[in-house]
Amino acid sequence: MKRGVTLPSALVGLLMFLVIWQVLAWVVHRDIMPPPARVLPIFFTSLAGELGRHFLASAGRVMASILLAVMTAVPIGLGLGQMPRIDRVVSPLIAIVYPIPKIIFLPVIYVLMGITDVSKISLIALIIFFQILVVVRDEAANLHPELILSVRSLGAGRRALFRFVYLPACLPVVLTALRLSVGTAIAVLFIAEQSLTTYGLGYYIVVETYQILLYDEMYAGILAMSLLGLLLYFVIYGLERRVNRHMAREG
Amino acid sequence: MIDVSSLTFAYSGHPPVFENFTWRVERGEAWSIIGPSGCGKSTLLYLLAGLSRPTAGTVVIDGEPISRPRPRSGLVLQDHGLLPWATVRENAWLGLRIRKFYGPDNRHAPADARVDDPDAGRRVDTWLRRLGIWELRDQFPSQLSRGQRQRTAIARTLVLEPDLLFLDEPFSALDAPTREDLQQLMAELHTETGLTRIIVTHDIEEAVLLGGKILAMEGRGKGGARIIENRCMGPEAVRNPDGFQRQCGELRSLLGSLM
Repeated sequence: MKRGVTLPSALVGLLMFLVIWQVLAWVVHRDIMPPPARVLPIFFTSLAGELGRHFLASAGRVMASILLAVMTAVPIGLGLGQMPRIDRVVSPLIAIVYPIPKIIFLPVIYVLMGITDVSKISLIALIIFFQILVVVRDEAANLHPELILSVRSLGAGRRALFRFVYLPACLPVVLTALRLSVGTAIAVLFIAEQSLTTYGLGYYIVVETYQILLYDEMYAGILAMSLLGLLLYFVIYGLERRVNRHMAREG
Repeated sequence: MIDVSSLTFAYSGHPPVFENFTWRVERGEAWSIIGPSGCGKSTLLYLLAGLSRPTAGTVVIDGEPISRPRPRSGLVLQDHGLLPWATVRENAWLGLRIRKFYGPDNRHAPADARVDDPDAGRRVDTWLRRLGIWELRDQFPSQLSRGQRQRTAIARTLVLEPDLLFLDEPFSALDAPTREDLQQLMAELHTETGLTRIIVTHDIEEAVLLGGKILAMEGRGKGGARIIENRCMGPEAVRNPDGFQRQCGELRSLLGSLM
């Protein structure tokens, strides 16, 4: 996203979204496409109640997955980036596993880890893990050797290098990778939540509303899931802009 | 201050860059190391700075054998090595932040380092002014010229008040006026503080200008070296241009014979 998002532009976007939705509702004119005026009141009232609990359950799962993925992928990526000999050995493996859509492992993970939150979180973490692993490894490998040497000469050992060089160097790419994978993560969450849970937006949309033809409520769920994706995307985007201040002023 | 004895260094699978090399530097001396490319002059500096380990022999500085960077030694490389995401001022603070991170542990920071020195901020600013980059303090390295980046790297090192300064071809990528300006500054600093300094260069005039003693190393694999006493460094070079030119000529013909 090259152009920055401002509050007025966001409002204009929202307005256009609502207008198109309204037009679609007129054109389709069926229960499966209710107008915003019917959905929005339900969305706002239920968000304070039952829908809100589903929202929090889903948000919690995504954030736990992000945390788990970052905590594992960043150290491993940094390690591989600094140890080219090991990287050469494992990089063909990473190259093969990286493009596999991890959702196909859903049944395997369910059987191995049980049908709990842990298995859902692990599945999503697995997706984000590879995205972050690859960019962190490349970023760490591309740091100038002179930079490392001169910071070592200022007294930095392994811990200070991590704190003052590697961590700030890979933070921007971690955020970019997160922002780009958060959509996939929520898509997988939607599928994983459709079964064997009682809370979560995927469950709410499919089991609690769609299957019993409560289309207005189903749309409230869809809005909630969109909101979750949107919020995560823009929180990460905001963080990215902050850590990239040295790029913004370049040139 | 520095005792190098029977030092041998070889990259694995290669013949030694130098072998059985012995050398001594007294406190307060300013040395230039010069020699044809591949003679190992930068390698020698990295060994002194504790950034590489010798194949055999030892480097002892102030009675301590060197196996890791010594907290009181400063190093400036040709490629400044600034953090791209930090401003000039933040970069100049980096060494102090690292010292604070470890505390005065005598491994990463000197045992008597004051990690919460209230004067530290003023010291940083003084060096930024002295190096002429005070106005640029909130800029990022990508916004600076090469010379300004090198000034920042020098400030970052001097803020830590080293007692020994290593410079590896620090000015060779700079344009002539910037280079002369910084050479002048280095000469002044040595006169003022008597800081022990070793500069690696391939530039004959720079070697004479900044080295009270000059270590001229032989070409790759020969491993020998000659020492020249230079009476025309720093301010003396300005006062006595003929002597300076004569010294440069001598060094040039010596280097020719060492190739």
